[in-house]
Formats: sequence, C-alpha cells, structure tokens
Amino acid sequence: MIAYIVRRLLYAIPILLGVNLITFALFFLVNSPDDMARMQLGVKRVTPEAIQQWKAERGYDKPLVWNEAASGFHKMSETIFFDKSLRMFALDFGRSDDGRDIGLEIRSRMVPSLAIAVPTFFLSLFVTVSFALLLVFFRATVLDTAGVVLCVAAMSISGLFYIIGGQYVVSKVWNLVPISGYASGLDATRFLILPVIISMLAGLGSSARWYRAIFLEEINRDYVRTARAKGLSELRVLFRHVLKNALIPILTGVVVVIPTLFMGSLLIESFFGIPGLGSYTIDAIGSQDFAVVRAMVFIGSVLYILGLLLTDISYTLVDPRVRLQ
Amino acid sequence: MNETTTFRLVWLWSDILIWLLFACCVMGGVWAARDETMRQTWRKVGQSALAMASAALLTCYLTIGLLDSIHLQFRLPNHAVAQQVKSDTLAPEIHYSPEVLSVLDVIASGLRERREKTYSAPYAAHLFAKETREVNGVQTREFPALRHAPQAADAASLTAIGLAKGAVVWMGLCGIFVLYRIARYAQSVRSALNALLGKPQAKALAWRSFMLTLLIVFLFAGVLCQSSGGLHVFGTDKVGQDVFYLTLKSIRTALLIGTLTTLVTLPLAILLGLVAGYRGGWWDDVIQYVYTVLNSIPGVLLIAAMVLMMQVIINMHPEWFETAAQRSDARLLALCFILGLTSWTGLCRLLRAETLKLRELEYVQAARAFGVSDLAIMWRHILPNLFHIILIALVMDFSGLVLSEAVLSYIGIGVDANTTSFGSMINAARLELSREPVVWWILVAAFVFMFMLVLAANVLADAVRDAFDPRWQGGVGRTRLKRAAKVLA
Repeated sequence: MIAYIVRRLLYAIPILLGVNLITFALFFLVNSPDDMARMQLGVKRVTPEAIQQWKAERGYDKPLVWNEAASGFHKMSETIFFDKSLRMFALDFGRSDDGRDIGLEIRSRMVPSLAIAVPTFFLSLFVTVSFALLLVFFRATVLDTAGVVLCVAAMSISGLFYIIGGQYVVSKVWNLVPISGYASGLDATRFLILPVIISMLAGLGSSARWYRAIFLEEINRDYVRTARAKGLSELRVLFRHVLKNALIPILTGVVVVIPTLFMGSLLIESFFGIPGLGSYTIDAIGSQDFAVVRAMVFIGSVLYILGLLLTDISYTLVDPRVRLQ
Repeated sequence: MNETTTFRLVWLWSDILIWLLFACCVMGGVWAARDETMRQTWRKVGQSALAMASAALLTCYLTIGLLDSIHLQFRLPNHAVAQQVKSDTLAPEIHYSPEVLSVLDVIASGLRERREKTYSAPYAAHLFAKETREVNGVQTREFPALRHAPQAADAASLTAIGLAKGAVVWMGLCGIFVLYRIARYAQSVRSALNALLGKPQAKALAWRSFMLTLLIVFLFAGVLCQSSGGLHVFGTDKVGQDVFYLTLKSIRTALLIGTLTTLVTLPLAILLGLVAGYRGGWWDDVIQYVYTVLNSIPGVLLIAAMVLMMQVIINMHPEWFETAAQRSDARLLALCFILGLTSWTGLCRLLRAETLKLRELEYVQAARAFGVSDLAIMWRHILPNLFHIILIALVMDFSGLVLSEAVLSYIGIGVDANTTSFGSMINAARLELSREPVVWWILVAAFVFMFMLVLAANVLADAVRDAFDPRWQGGVGRTRLKRAAKVLA
C-alpha cells in the first residue's frame, strides 16, 4: 500500500511537469513578455524603457529557458522557466503582477473558501442521497417521474439563475440574510447560509439523477431479493442494504473533489463577496494577473491529482475486493 | 456583379462551419435512414412524446440560428459613394456598408432600428426612469415617452391578431404534412390527419406532441412578432436596444458554442481514443499522459488562461480583421476551439476503454487474421461500434456548453463584447436587480430562453441515450422500471 502511494506520488511529478510546460507555453511562448507588458501598460504610447522596467520589476527580463550569459547550473536557473514554473514545485509562487506575495495571499484566503466549500459538500451529499433514495422508494410511480422531471428541469437552469434569484428573493425581498460580505469567526454564519444552500440546490438535479441510476442498478441485485424474501420492509431494504452497497460508487465518485474544496467556488465566492481563493482567481482573471492564474492552475492540478490518489485508496477501503498494485 | 444587386453575401467563418455541420447532419440523417438498425433506433427516439416535443422546440431554435448565420452587406447608395470618389474616370466603384447584417437582422430590422434612450419595461409606453423636464417654465419630473411611441393599437387586439396569425401558419404547416402523407402513402385525408394529430399508436412516431409544441411556439411567436411591430415586448436594455431582438440574436451564439465545439472535440477524441485503445503500448502511454495532464488542470482555469492569451493575440493584431463582425466572429470561434481543446478528454477516455474491449472480440481478431490493415480495422470494424458513445456524448455535451457560456461571460472570458449572448445579457443586467424598482425583464428573458433551449436539449439527449444505450435507466422513460417493479412485487 505504502509502496503504491509512493509510486503514485512519483508518477504525479511528470504530470505536474506537463502542466507546467503547458502553462509556460501558454503564458510565455504564445505571447512574449513584451506583448504582455504592452497589454498591461496600454497598447499606445508605451516606451521601450517602460516595457523594460515592467519586465525587470517582475523578473520577466531573463531568457525563457536557457541563459547563455550565466555559468554552470545558473544557465538553467537564471531563466523564466525556472523562476516562474519550476519553483512552484517548492510551493514558491513568487509575487503577483501587482507585487503581492501569492503564497501569503493563498494561505489567508484558504479559510473562507473552506468555510463555504466544506459545509456545501456535506450538505449536498446528504440532501442529494436522501432525495435520490426517496425517488427510488417511489420508483415507477408518478412521484418518481415528477422527481426525475424536476431533476432534468433543475439541471437545465443556469447556475447564475440560482445565485441571482436566490440573492434577490432571500436577501433583497425577504431581507433574511445579508446580500454579500464576510466576517471572521462565528459571525460568518449569516453570510454563509445562503451561498451554501444555493450551491447545494444548483447541483441537486444532476447528482440526484445520477445517484438514482446507481440505486436502481443496485436494486435489481440478488441480495436485495434475498433481503425482501427474508421479509424485511421496503424501507429497511433500501436504507440498510441498498444504501450501503450503492455508497461505494457514490463515495468513490465524490472523493475526487475533496482536495479541490480548497480552491473554493469561483461563482459563489465572487457573487457573495467572500474573500476566498475562488474570488481571488476571478479577480486575477479580470485584472489579467497572469502570475496568480499560473499559481492557481498549478495548485488546482496538485489537488486534482491528490484527489485521484484518494479515490483509488478509498476503493480499497470501502471494497475489500479491490487491491492496489 | 451587376448594377442592380443591392447587397452581397458575406460568409463569416462561423457561418461556413455551422452550415457545413448542418449539411453533415442532414447527410448523416439520410445515411441513417438507409440503415435498418439505425432507423429502428431513431424511431425509438421519435416514439417518445417528450423527445418529439423538444425536437420541435430545437427545430425552432435552429431555424432562428441558421437565419442568423447568413450574413449580408448592403450596398451604399450611389450619392454617398459619389462624394467619396471624386476623381475617378472609371465606372463608379461599388461600395458596401461596413455593417454586416444577417438575414434575421433584416427580417427584424424594425426591432433593431427602434432604439430608445435607456431602460423601458415590457409593453411600456414610456421610459423606465423619470426625467426632469421643463414645461412652460415649470420643472416637472415625469416619465419621458418612448422615442418610437407605440401606435394607437392596444395590446389586446395585437395579441388577438398575433394568435390568429400563429394559428394560421400552424394550420398551413399541418396542411403541408397532410398533403405529403397523402402523396407519399396514398392515405385518406382523415387517416393522414389522424397520424399527425391523433393519439399515437404503438410504435408510431409521436407527431402529435411535435405538432402541439409547434402550435404553442407559433402562438407565442405570433403574439410576440405582431406586438413588437410597435412595442418593445420584452422591454429595452440600458442603451435602449430591444430585448426581444437581443434574445433572438443570442440563440445563434448559444447554438454555435454548443455545436462548433464538437468540431474540435470529435476528431481529437476519436483519433486519440482509437489509437490509444487499439495500438496500446507506447502510443497508449503517451496519449494517456496527455489527457491526464490536460484533465488535471481545472477546466475553468485552463479556459481562462487560453482565452486571456487569445485576447492578447487578437489585441496585438488588429490588422487581421476587416470588420468588427469578423473580429468578434474570430473570438467566438477561438472560444469554441478552446472549449473543444479542454473538453475532449472525457470522451477520449470512454472511447479508449471501449476500443480496448472491442479489440479482443472475435470478429476483430478474425479480421486481423485475414490480414486487414490496422487502419481498415479501426475504420470499418471498431469505429461503427463506438458510434453510440460518440452520439450520446455529443448530445449530452451540448447543454453543458450552452450553460457554460453564460458562466464564462460572467467571469469575463466569454464571447466578445460585440457578440450578443445569453451570458452577456445576464452579465449586463445582473447589477440592475439592486435598483428600485427592479429591472427584471432582461434577466428573465435571457434565463427563460436559455432554459427552454437547455431543457429541450437535455430531454432529447435523454431519449437518445435511452434508445442507444439499453443499459441506461436514469431517464424519464419508465418501461424498464415498470418491468423491474413487477419482478420485485
């Protein structure tokens, strides 16, 4: 098991290197640093000196991948690729284009992101699984059909509608919670209730339908028939037998997103003014701060790979038949 | 080009691609109609009343989108040209307006040209906000009348006329259908009508729900079109554009993003998936590596990074584009391209897994033993058996792409500012909800039209999946479930 994990972690290195290569190519080869400087400083009326200064301030004035002027190892290390891409492996993200320390920013913004993502994760898992079980309990009746139709309709609605509509009705018309904002400590709850519920609702349709399909597949198995033959009630069969077995695909499917909870949600955070990583990313995209976008791409990939690893491990934990080699 | 032509056709790249795609679909339809199994499977889709209803709705959307994909440039009147060209001895040159219009723009030119100053509510006769005006030296605050004041006809009579027109068009369509059936199958009028509007018999296509959906759409369309002759049925936006017109224009963008993306996704996914699954070994390792890398970058961020870079390129090279329309068209296509580049991995993985399975089947091994080349085996023996996966993935992706366009536009990495889309409408209007009273109509129009499009696509996708993938049981169709329930009872 440990050997497997180590091997998987080693396997992650070439993938992360690939991610780095892609972002490097995107940010430095497709457009030269000169182009970026001109973009940032405004296309017209820009002097070569201003471009030089902009590049020097941000460390973009080095050669891209190979420094002829330096000696020995510094031929490699005194380059943009080393500075901006390889250093990320040491979780050194450098400074954003407006001069702030990205690492510090990320650490301080992680808490609000988690404060919203973790409750959302558990609440939506609980609600969707219960809803799907309810649909399966009433399977092949009008209620089931209505439920599925509701799910299809719910997943056809734009996520923006849930957010905008929810903010409008709950915060503006009913005046129940603040429209947006954030506070530290327990005070944060009143800011978090609405975003958590809205993101739960926005994901309800598609996942409930998917879980329902899993449950339905499970319900035709032999052990279910045996349980019924023993005279167990339908509710008991569903909640004790079907749920337990169906949880295997559900949990393993869900584990992959756990690490990415750190990243927060782009839309929810920016609409509700929560100072998390999601809104950080959006702001960076809006102000074309490429250093931050690069850092977030790297972190996102690390977390995703971690999620894949956790998924494989969770398979062995919940299903002893699966062996990792 | 002779003297009398008043316009010339302009083919934007996206127009060409969407018409090409449409032609491919038509050809695919003809091919599927010849193949017995395909025809049977498609009939299964058509037997579902819900699927037929959404097919009707999608047809309407498609018609609008295609009308909006034929672009023209009008010729400038001669006297305007004469002023520009002073000293030419040759025949007067023909000049065209720099404005590129689509057929839909021309049809709806009334809507396009009747611009107000700013917001006005649906069916309103005055602007939304009061303005201070001086009347006889006394300053009053009042609602200014619309620039293009509604005609005297009241909304009720317009609605009635519109309903009637919609119904007439619908009946005309029914008539064409009936005539076709009479000519083709030598049916009596009564049985032809019955096939069209009666309760569908077992195994018959659900034409009734198709036609009823069309009736509803036509009635609404009749009312909207009739009333928008003098009124702004969905109100106007911040700069006074008619919201109904904007909504219609958004349809093309949504359809383009939902379909053109597949032009990038499909070749990549099919080619790489087939090769990885069939050749295995070294090929497989490399391809798996590539899609794991792409997959591990969070989708939105990868799209954002690519779009940001694309914006820099387009801003640095303004000389590439002659007209503003071409420029926003290039941005739209680039967005499709980027969405495609980031979304082929899922399908590729599915196809690889399926190819791995198919490769070991006896008929493929027999073909190999006969010495059929690898390419021929992949093309003739494996690809046709992957068809259902590809088709299901396509129809399932469509709705997701339409929805993601709105989100991307909100983040600021969506379509060009000149391109109307549901996302840009929502984005422009979302802050106005904090006004008092609320400017709600833009959001509602965009959300409702987007919802109907996505819902229809989702329902159709479900029906297609039901028909092509017998193992799937998540849809609304309940036949299999009923059987299962009976077994259990």
